[in-house]
Amino acid sequence: MATIDIPADMELVYQRPESLTPAHTHYCPGCTHGIIHRLIAEVLDELGLRERTIGIAPVGCSVLAYYYFNFDMAEAAHGRAPAMATGMKRTNPDKVVFTYQGDGDLAAIGTAEIVHSANRGELFTTIFVNNAIYGMTGGQMAPTTLPGQVSTSCPSGRDVELAGFPMHMAELLGGLPGTAYVTRQAVFDVRGIRRTKKALTTAFRAQLAGLGFTMVEVLSTCNTNWHMSVLGALEWAKDKMVGYYPLGDTKVSDAVRAMLEEK
Amino acid sequence: MAKGMVIIDEDRCKGCGLCVSVCPVNILRLAEGRFNAKGYPPVEVSDPEKCTGCASCAIICPDVVFTVYRRKRQPQPATAAA
Amino acid sequence: MAKELWEGNAAIAEAAIRAGLEAFYGYPITPQTEVLEHLSHRMIELGRVFLQAESEVASINMVYGAACTGVRVMTSSSSPGISLMQEGLSYIACSEVPAVVCNIMRGGPGLGNVQPAQGDYFQAVKSAGHGDYHMIVLAPSNVQEAIDLMVLAFDLADKYRTIAMLVADGAIGQMMEPAEMPPLRPLRKPEERGEWALTGARGREPNTITSLYLGAENLEVVNLRLQEKLRQIEANEVRWKEYDTEDAELLLVAFGTVGRICQTAVREARAKGVKVGLLRPVTLWPFPSARLAELAGQVQGMLVVEMNAGQMLQDVRLAVEGRCPIEFYGRMGGVIPLPDDILPELHKLEAAVGAG
Repeated sequence: MATIDIPADMELVYQRPESLTPAHTHYCPGCTHGIIHRLIAEVLDELGLRERTIGIAPVGCSVLAYYYFNFDMAEAAHGRAPAMATGMKRTNPDKVVFTYQGDGDLAAIGTAEIVHSANRGELFTTIFVNNAIYGMTGGQMAPTTLPGQVSTSCPSGRDVELAGFPMHMAELLGGLPGTAYVTRQAVFDVRGIRRTKKALTTAFRAQLAGLGFTMVEVLSTCNTNWHMSVLGALEWAKDKMVGYYPLGDTKVSDAVRAMLEEK
Repeated sequence: MAKGMVIIDEDRCKGCGLCVSVCPVNILRLAEGRFNAKGYPPVEVSDPEKCTGCASCAIICPDVVFTVYRRKRQPQPATAAA
Repeated sequence: MAKELWEGNAAIAEAAIRAGLEAFYGYPITPQTEVLEHLSHRMIELGRVFLQAESEVASINMVYGAACTGVRVMTSSSSPGISLMQEGLSYIACSEVPAVVCNIMRGGPGLGNVQPAQGDYFQAVKSAGHGDYHMIVLAPSNVQEAIDLMVLAFDLADKYRTIAMLVADGAIGQMMEPAEMPPLRPLRKPEERGEWALTGARGREPNTITSLYLGAENLEVVNLRLQEKLRQIEANEVRWKEYDTEDAELLLVAFGTVGRICQTAVREARAKGVKVGLLRPVTLWPFPSARLAELAGQVQGMLVVEMNAGQMLQDVRLAVEGRCPIEFYGRMGGVIPLPDDILPELHKLEAAVGAG
């Protein structure tokens, strides 16, 4: 990049967070994984946690997340990130541990691990990226694929009589006593992205305070496998996904509420 | 004088257009007839003077293409500058 | 330290504590449950980590997670539970983090039963998980040896950044014997964890632990490195015990509980004038192939005895390469072969090869 003179009266308001490496991601153009990665990195930077964080990448499109996060990371078997995180955090209570999981990883193959980790109140944070499709394997039906939504393994649209209903993970986990903070956010516009960042901040702060399990479900797009344009995918997501998966907190424990009021 | 300015790391851009769609002053566009190292038409600023430094582009960009500066509201006295 | 009366499973658990176990994750299954039960109170008393997981799948991945941070960690289970761990074992092997696993084997296949068996030899030695790798497999034949090998398992796992698996059958797990515990080792300090471990990237470049290597050449490089490590283990860590082999004309080969029973068979056969010896592999992988090949030049025949349909038998045949006749006697389903069962087999072999 050519050197650019920055006028002296200009101040820096946005740059790549230290918790992200300079690597270019392999994600498709317009994929919201990149936004969610960056938000996590910004929050860890702002809370000063980069050097004590251990992240766990899933199996799915974000399997290579460890190339993009600039801190210690492990790569889990499909769905097992919460068990790995449990093993890490229990032996390293001074570390900040998070799992980054997609819908197939968390809501299908890894359902047992996430439910039990949440129910035990494990002190790690899960970022659950829900884009209602299997991205990496090329667009098959996910546990969160909407009724009627077309995928390569439900080519006539998801038939709930055949395949059952999509999983509402935030509601499911929010109902468990071990969870401190569970929320569903979306990164479909600037406002939603700001809210998602705020939710991530709350989740990591609650982890630091040892208040219980925390999860931020992030509704996301997959324009490639939805066979839509980047902007068309955002519109479809706002129109259809948010209707099926309502945004907002499904659990804010009294302790988290007190933490937020304290400021 | 522009209130803000963005620096675009062109080779990071995948030409997805998310930034173009959220820019409140409509000064971003994808290049025409020009491609970056990845083969995408990168984002460019059509009218830098209108930039407010709001960082909406940076907030929605999945690829950390933007670095954003904003003019200080009250210029600091030279002695206070770090 | 004086000898005390120890139940095998509790002894294995306590030995792990003495070896510096920092965390245990496991799931109840007979005939292993006493390992978990012993640790459930001892680990908490000592301020260490104990967690009963929701499944063996979760247990092994908790072990994987903790192992990534460089702590001494283990799980234990029995045959069906070990089957559930195969995925995790493969990831751990490729990631090259140290982990210890204990398998108190029971009768199979399927749910089988809870009687002692050795049907998991293939799984432990040849087919753990997917892909090209081996675990170090240690097979005690009594409670004292289980204690000693448990400690060794941690040291070998750390030395080679690999999986060490203790395989004992339910008989060893459930029997009570006098045995001596090693002293309690101090726990590893956080600053003593490996440079490779995920400890937070403070003042250093981030560490990554993965088993994903895209690109055929990249993954082949990893495999070649793993294979080189396995060759080192084969060169350095083969262990076995011999009994009355100096003048032996016939050789019994058996491991674990059967290895111990065969000691009695050797004594009884010797009393009847049969010149028989016993080789008992202590490491099932790496296997004492070279020593067996040597003995194949000395003895006139071998009898392999196992509590399975003939699994280690294949490794004996590979080692001997036809230099002498090899017979097999096996019991399955949890039936333990007794000296009275083994002696007639030995006499048959004696007659067949014309020894004595």
